[in-house]
Amino acid sequence: MADYKIHLLVCGGTGCKSSESQILAEHLRSSIESQGLSDFAQVIGTGCFGFCEKGPIVKIIPDNTFYTQVKPEDAKEIVEEHIVKGRKVSRLLYKDPKSDKIVSDSKGMEFYKKQVRIALRNCGVIDPENIEEYIARDGYASLGKVLTTLTPEATIEIIKKSGLRGRGGAGFPTGLKWEITRQSPGKEKYVVCNADEGDPGAFMDRSILEGDPHSVIEAMAINGYCTGASNGLVYIRAEYPLAIERLKKAIEQAREYGLLGERILGTDFSFDINLRYGAGAFVCGEETALIHSMEGGRGEPTMKPPFPSVKGYLGKPTNVNNVETFASIPVIINKGYEWYSSIGTEKSKGTKVFALAGKVNNVGLIEVPMGITLREVIFEIGGGIKNGKKFKGVQIGGPSGGCLTYKHLDVPIDYESLIAAGAMMGSGGMIIMDEDDCMVDVAKYFLDFTVDESCGKCTPCRVGNKRMHELLNNITKGNGTKDDIDRLINLGNVIKDTSLCMLGQSAPNPVLSIIENFREEYEAHIQDKKCPSGVCKALMVYEIVPENCVGCTACARACPVGAITGERKEVHRIDPALCIKCGACMDRCKFNAVIVN
Amino acid sequence: MSRIKVELKKKDVDTIREICKSFNNLPGELINVLHKAQHTFGYLPAEVQEVVARELNVPVAKVYGVVTFYSFFSMIPKGKHPISVCTGTACYVRGAENVLAEFKKNLKIDVGETTSDGKFSISCLRCVGACGLAPVVMVGEKTYGRVSPEMVKDILKEYDE
Repeated sequence: MADYKIHLLVCGGTGCKSSESQILAEHLRSSIESQGLSDFAQVIGTGCFGFCEKGPIVKIIPDNTFYTQVKPEDAKEIVEEHIVKGRKVSRLLYKDPKSDKIVSDSKGMEFYKKQVRIALRNCGVIDPENIEEYIARDGYASLGKVLTTLTPEATIEIIKKSGLRGRGGAGFPTGLKWEITRQSPGKEKYVVCNADEGDPGAFMDRSILEGDPHSVIEAMAINGYCTGASNGLVYIRAEYPLAIERLKKAIEQAREYGLLGERILGTDFSFDINLRYGAGAFVCGEETALIHSMEGGRGEPTMKPPFPSVKGYLGKPTNVNNVETFASIPVIINKGYEWYSSIGTEKSKGTKVFALAGKVNNVGLIEVPMGITLREVIFEIGGGIKNGKKFKGVQIGGPSGGCLTYKHLDVPIDYESLIAAGAMMGSGGMIIMDEDDCMVDVAKYFLDFTVDESCGKCTPCRVGNKRMHELLNNITKGNGTKDDIDRLINLGNVIKDTSLCMLGQSAPNPVLSIIENFREEYEAHIQDKKCPSGVCKALMVYEIVPENCVGCTACARACPVGAITGERKEVHRIDPALCIKCGACMDRCKFNAVIVN
Repeated sequence: MSRIKVELKKKDVDTIREICKSFNNLPGELINVLHKAQHTFGYLPAEVQEVVARELNVPVAKVYGVVTFYSFFSMIPKGKHPISVCTGTACYVRGAENVLAEFKKNLKIDVGETTSDGKFSISCLRCVGACGLAPVVMVGEKTYGRVSPEMVKDILKEYDE
């Protein structure tokens, strides 16, 4: 085997792949070959580095050189300059936007400084399609340790003491869930990995499955040993073709290596994993709905109890955990619960992965210790707000979560503090909004989503959310009345109290938290009939500034509804009653005479 | 919307039968069967659903219920170049709505519809996971990042025959 001195890691996550990172990797390979360096340098396709904003990423090991926004055309230069002559290609290096200095070593980047990567430990490090690279990083060591030296009870005890809680959003203690499943009577039990990441703007689970599928497989096997299950199922979104492909490959490799299948590692324990595909329904992230969907039916939730740990898939005890939860398990067993529980806060241990997106400079995937503040995440790791705009709000927890404001910037990120602030941990979507975003419209956007995704089984969610959506629609159209805010609050609370599952119980959260934190914006829409951020079209008024108008008639000719009148070389005017706010006049005017209020 | 009537050929019926058989005709495999059937036919007209129901020995209503429940399944054929506009939160805050409106305006169809020549169809999807490139549009397998309404015409032009 060749003894490679230099490794070129090329990101092969969905984000970078859509910017041609695969072609880039091929170009790098052929350049290396044409330089006769095939035994010296190696190109490896890895999972996501997290720094999606500046993708595609190429990282060179051993010196950690971090190249950003690399195009296939740049491959030749990287190989000829960096690999052959040892000179870094400075135009592709990362430049810190604050100090304007070039940071060539990824360890020196603000983006990575405060991160603690546990669930993402192998993402952007190993080739996810090669089991040996996973094994070389202590992979499957925990499974071996558990099967040969620990009893199921002792293993569950480690997970319990680590303080790990469900990363899907609800935060149920993982060890306790395992124990309940173990204690539920029954010969046939199931382990289910919930990879139905339906939260718009969140891609943590997908990145883990794409970048480190074996960590999930290993943890599921450990879970099977602890709970007494011999069947594992991964419920994964059909919209994630790359993750499915990598997971399938990984399962096959694990079977070949005897790490899945009959009598694993020569012990009496047998375990195997199969895939089940979702078909695009947000509610299927709820565990009872997920189970109904796996059974081939409509993914409608049912009342709990009985919990799946007692009565789940095919009526058998079923342990359902989220991808990120599973990915943390092997490390906890390897390094011990003392190490894991030393990270984080008193009640929330360890780390959490967030998908940082929206109007922030460094969009990407991050993993931070619990207890870190929103300010650190947004302004240090995230690099602040794009284009120097003002920060307005941050939406945490997706359509079930809440919207927090600058008042909350110093709130520590942990399960309890976020709930106290009116948001929730959720699965890990974190969307940053700036001064240009209209919060009423944001509330409408999330409700739009839940109305669309409500399964329709229970009335409060099916009808209630629809009515809330209508109220919001009226407000953004300028037809809101004084009582609408109170109506929204009352209705929202009824829906929260009476819905069947978490989807309905949390659907009003974005609306309610936005009323709580941005009430003045609602009032501006209702009383002044104005959208302060200029987003709500119906509330815009197009006007002509008389001083700037030269009477060229261009706007009048452009107007599709004849709302603009005026003689040649005279000031024109727009009839607001006829105007449909299409903006055609504004596009056409060369004198900046058309403005929006 | 008027329902599209399809006449299945014998070979199509056989294909569906085979798909069902590959899943041992188990009712619990309904979703997997539908995935495969949609992959083969491009969509799931009522006639296909009837055969699936017969083969898995479940009521047609159950199959129809599942098909209409999940957004991934479609009962109308998609265009030759299906356009999917990401309306995930990250794309939304970076202006996906305006991009979607521009596609609708240019093609004169709504979301979920196909142009009369069968060339384009528009759908929305929730997060492709390329949030760093927001707003994102997919045409077939190709991903376009940082799309602005001004780019829409040029994107469509790429598919001129």
